[in-house]
Amino acid sequence: MTDTSAIEHGQEAGFGDFVQLLKPRVMSLVVFTALVGLIVAPVPVHPFVGFTAILFIALGGGASGALNMWYDADIDRVMKRTRNRPVPAGRIGAGEALGFGLALSLISCLMLGLAANWFAGAFLAFTIFFYVVIYTMWLKRTTPQNIVIGGAAGAFPPMIGWAVATGGISIESVLMFALIFMWTPPHFWALALFMKDDYSNAGVPMLTVTHGRKSARKHILVYALLLAPVAFALALSSIGGPVTLAAAVILNALFIRGGWQILKRDEAAAEADKYRTEKAFFRFSLAYLFLHFGALLADKSLSAFGMGGW
Amino acid sequence: MAIHREHELHQRRFGRNAGLGIVLLAFVVIVFGLTIVKVSRQDEHGNPPVAGASP
Repeated sequence: MTDTSAIEHGQEAGFGDFVQLLKPRVMSLVVFTALVGLIVAPVPVHPFVGFTAILFIALGGGASGALNMWYDADIDRVMKRTRNRPVPAGRIGAGEALGFGLALSLISCLMLGLAANWFAGAFLAFTIFFYVVIYTMWLKRTTPQNIVIGGAAGAFPPMIGWAVATGGISIESVLMFALIFMWTPPHFWALALFMKDDYSNAGVPMLTVTHGRKSARKHILVYALLLAPVAFALALSSIGGPVTLAAAVILNALFIRGGWQILKRDEAAAEADKYRTEKAFFRFSLAYLFLHFGALLADKSLSAFGMGGW
Repeated sequence: MAIHREHELHQRRFGRNAGLGIVLLAFVVIVFGLTIVKVSRQDEHGNPPVAGASP
């Protein structure tokens, strides 16, 4: 498609298309978890520096989203869920998305380094590299474990937030990482269960395609079980507290119950009610993460009044 | 079509330009704000504050 035909068909990119390139919904998760990582850290950060740091962590996350959309335009064109993204829809050229993503990556890492510290800036650069090169370019198309290892990229933001405050890594920040890392696979496998044919049409080796849907159901429950001890370790760490512990008990019980319900169903039952259980589990998994990190925030806030925290 | 007429395309381009303008302006404000914060936290010799010390 030439540039003029794009204009004639009213397809020239607007400002919103560039915003869409940053995957704003994924960004909200990045912002929230990075913010929690920054706030629960034992070193206070100047509010303006903190604000700027979160902004550029979010921008770095957005930049990796843009680079992902540049590389994955061929897959996105095939999948129903992603067909209308700016690059596959033809509103933004692939080269444009690449330049946009690279420029924003550079700006966000440099600005985070200048605003906070160079360790945090380098950590953000590593995260973008991991998401774009290790996950998008390499693992996503070659192994059914793509989600497991690629999920690490999404798990780094709270560690970056922690690094903004402390300039380093510690057991607490690793536990926050581990929580998101273990949470990601069941979250995405549930999505893959009800987004039935999308991934197989696109040739992405999702677990549901390579090992079958029964195996994916088993994997969801196993990961839900493995997630619980991580959640409890985080609740009992120095950044946890009674609120986090209570949240861990309730949320993990519900998460494991959801995984169990998914395992018990077969495809016929799932087809019959249009994947209601799987969809409910997917929605709950989003709430799980927000509430868990919200609980950490609550414990930190309460400790200012002599409550919360250990 | 007369050249002076406002086309839907022009509106879209204006939206893009206005958006970019706002983003650039915000960036200037952020860099300025960061400068103020960093400079005002230095000691009388221009050294950054010692870790752990109150600003």
